[in-house]
Amino acid sequence: MASSSDNEEVRVLGKWASPFSNRIDLALKLKGVPYKYSEEDLANKSLDLLKYNPVHKKVPVLVHNGNSIAESLVILEYIDEVWNNNNNHAFLPQDPYHRALARFWCKTLDDKILPAIWNACWSDEKGREKAVEEALEALKILQDELKDKKFFGGETIGLVDIAANFIGYWVSILQEIAGLELLTIEKFPKLYEWSQEYINHPVIKEGLPPRDELFAFFKASAKK
Amino acid sequence: MGESEVKVIGKWSSPYAMRVKIALRIKSIEHEHFEETLNPKSDLLLKSNPVYARVPVLIHHGKPISESLFIVEYIDETWSNNNSPSILPSDPYDRAIARFWATYIDEKWFPSMKSIITVETEEEREPYYKVMEEVVERVEEAFGKCSKGKPFFGGDSVGFLDIAFGSFLGWLHVTESLYGRKVLVEAKAPSLVKWAERFADDPAVKGLIPDHDKLLEISKPLQIKWRALAAVGKKY
Repeated sequence: MASSSDNEEVRVLGKWASPFSNRIDLALKLKGVPYKYSEEDLANKSLDLLKYNPVHKKVPVLVHNGNSIAESLVILEYIDEVWNNNNNHAFLPQDPYHRALARFWCKTLDDKILPAIWNACWSDEKGREKAVEEALEALKILQDELKDKKFFGGETIGLVDIAANFIGYWVSILQEIAGLELLTIEKFPKLYEWSQEYINHPVIKEGLPPRDELFAFFKASAKK
Repeated sequence: MGESEVKVIGKWSSPYAMRVKIALRIKSIEHEHFEETLNPKSDLLLKSNPVYARVPVLIHHGKPISESLFIVEYIDETWSNNNSPSILPSDPYDRAIARFWATYIDEKWFPSMKSIITVETEEEREPYYKVMEEVVERVEEAFGKCSKGKPFFGGDSVGFLDIAFGSFLGWLHVTESLYGRKVLVEAKAPSLVKWAERFADDPAVKGLIPDHDKLLEISKPLQIKWRALAAVGKKY
């Protein structure tokens, strides 16, 4: 595949508060790829969004040279494959077994772990205890996978780390609003340590949305 | 390569396990099959896939890999140089499109089929049929774009998206037999109807689609089980 050039147009249709959308910002920043960002209002979908993601009409969408791709995990792999000149920024390793593992954990994040935490943070009194139990179980299996690594990707940020932006950053905000203690240094020391490495990583730090704005956004949602 | 180096934990009735079998056949990889009973779940399964305890699992050199589509990608990447066809397209954009549609199919297709079998009345089935009809319409369009005039989504030979979608043909026919309603019809999806025949006849697939009568036979106890789970609010 040809290397990126100044003539290539990269566009992202996203929502600043969405971790799924943010994954794409992080990925492009990690690769050093310039792009145009459009903030989408899902209550008032733009013609571009309808054109580029007619199936789901959701963000994020990546448009590269007029070709559109939807689904954050699919987009991440595409970005990794297209902008692959510098090995230091590879999101996936070369080895098929570890690639399969990384994909598995990205999917498990989306299918099992994120929903469990999300449910716990938004649960009502009745379902709270069970939801929290499931969220803690989910965090445990994620921590078990991290083992003693600095990042899920090893020494550098990998696909799973990017996909786990919700864990690294959003969870701390949501649990504070919900009055819960899910990801704490006492409960999950290794995962907590990872989250601190993550949000202090020079590129990730610049790519995450501002904490106070994100807090205000979700606090307002909690009131509704 | 010894047979025991590649092991598949599968189930004859599972469309997901079928995907792995097709991929291994495309690559001409011999493997040992372990038929999972699921009731109770085998120690091997619990050890190999502790997160989900579900089939299929591929075990290669003792290392387990789970999730059918990722196993297919693993097979394609591991056995990429043995003169067999590629399963994923080579162009990154085509790969992204294939992965997008495979994800779409997994989210919408089998869950709808399962729901059609599980819910009790025709009225309750209706919305799931609507979903399936929409899927057929979209995948028919995707076929046109992906195949570029060739016989399969993957082009000249069975590829990733063929495997992702085609693995459900057996269960699709079961829902048709149970309720007499077809969604993959000539009038709505002329290309897919022809594709389905080609797919089923392809050497990589032949014999792997489970026997219709056998599937129909197990659909009854499965229906009972799924209805019981639904009644207590569990995901079925």
